[in-house]
Parts: sequence; C-alpha cells; structure tokens
Amino acid sequence: MLPIHRDFSEIFDPGMAPQTKRIELMLETVLDSVDLAESIVMRICDAAGFSEEDCHKIGMSVREGVINAYNYGNQQDRRKKIFFTVEFEPDKIVVHIIDQGKGFEVADVPDPLAAENLLRTSGRGIFLMRAFMDEFAVQHGPEGGAELVMAKRLPLSGRQNGGDPAARDKES
Amino acid sequence: MTLHGTCRDNAGVAVIDFSGRITLGEGSALLRETIRELVRGGKKKILINLADVDYIDSAGIGELVSGYTSVSNAGGELKLLNLTKRVHDLLQITKLFTVFDVQNEEWTAIHSFK
Repeated sequence: MLPIHRDFSEIFDPGMAPQTKRIELMLETVLDSVDLAESIVMRICDAAGFSEEDCHKIGMSVREGVINAYNYGNQQDRRKKIFFTVEFEPDKIVVHIIDQGKGFEVADVPDPLAAENLLRTSGRGIFLMRAFMDEFAVQHGPEGGAELVMAKRLPLSGRQNGGDPAARDKES
Repeated sequence: MTLHGTCRDNAGVAVIDFSGRITLGEGSALLRETIRELVRGGKKKILINLADVDYIDSAGIGELVSGYTSVSNAGGELKLLNLTKRVHDLLQITKLFTVFDVQNEEWTAIHSFK
C-alpha cells in the first residue's frame, strides 16, 4: 500500500464559509484498497476534529464498506472499480461507497445477532457500519451497483467552525 | 500493522499469542492457518491471547467464529484471553460473548479447560 503523507487539514479553508467540500477517489478492486480507504478517511476525520474513538469507528465503517464492495459487489473482479467519496457538510461527514456489482436490498441481509446466525462466518459488515455511524443507508448506484451512504456528525467543537480545525486551534 | 502469532504450550493447552490487526487478508489467513494446524496436530485445548490485538474487522470476527466451530467439531475447546477494550466492545455488540468463553487471566483460563 502506498503511504499517505498528505495533511488533510488543508482541505478546511479557514477563509471560506462552511459549505460542502468533497473528495472523490476511484479505487481498484484489490485488497489494498480496503486499507487505503480506511487510512485516508481516518486522516481526514482526525483533521476535522473527530475524537480518536470516532475516527476508529468511521475508519472501520469505511473498511467494512470497501470490503463489501470488493468481496460482494465487485466479487473481486479487478476490471471493476470502487468509487469512494467523502463529503463535508457543516455538521457532519458523509461517505459514499459505490461498487459495480448487482446491488442488494439491505432488508435481505440476515440479522447477525439472531441466534441462528451467531456462528455464521460472514454477514456482520452492514451491522457494524450501522452500529458505528449516525446514519446508514443502502441505495442503488448510478450503474446499478450498491451505493452505501453513511454519515457521522461532527463533534460540537468542530461543528461551530464548519469542521475547520485551524479555527478550532485558535480558540483553544 | 501485520499480524504476528506465536504458539506455546502451557500445561497441555496450546496458547497462541497474537499481536497486530486481524483483518481481511494476511491477518485473517494467519489466524485460520494457525488454528487449522493445531487442530490437524490433534490439539483439543486452544487459548487465543489477544492482549496485543486492538483491531479486528468483520473478516477477523468470521475467522474467530470459524476457528471456534472447527475446534468444537473436533471435540475440543477454543477460548479467548485478554481482550483489549475495542475487541471486547466488538464481541459485545456482535453478541459473540454468548458464544466464546472469554478469560482475563491465563492461569485461570488454563485451568478452565475440561
């Protein structure tokens, strides 16, 4: 995996009014994309002022989302891509993960907490994303694959400055 | 962080000390192979020490469950030792505390095997 050295705090421009900002990446359908997406989103969340625990939860949710796209959506087909988008709204961070598979209905995913499913070796990814994020939905992507949309509200200190860590640092 | 695992014997119990992350790929594969080798070698009492594992994803959970099932099917017992807070919380929200025997102290764990 390529190391990520970029300081993502630069995306929060202190001179700009709070508004939606967006980062889009097209990932290969390879295992390294899972670590890459997790690593990127954790750096972004750290720069946005999320706590270490929230960064962990968001990172793990992105990891599970990209695993879903890699394994189940694109079925490890390297010709297909995974589209990974992070949006910054004044009060939350929103992540989209889109695959090029056939899509699925979230209602069809078995409940991993049901007694008969506890010993299943797979099927916990959706549950973990739901548990760790404030908002989670599955919809059909523009090409028919699955689009996972998940959001986490910014901590109050970051929200007051539209997620701008530079302004937050000045206050402290 | 790559997963590392070392096996040792403590009073007839195979103790595996893991360190790193148990995630999809090399980590989950190492966990699977390590347990598989022990079962092939006839080990019936397996204790997985997770004191230095602070991250497990859904694939890692799946491998733990798979290992538990394969050891149980072979007539043995697989237990977990020294969970970090994150792994503890993960097993709690996934209700896997109702499946695994989780121990906090090696001496007690060793003597809890039948």
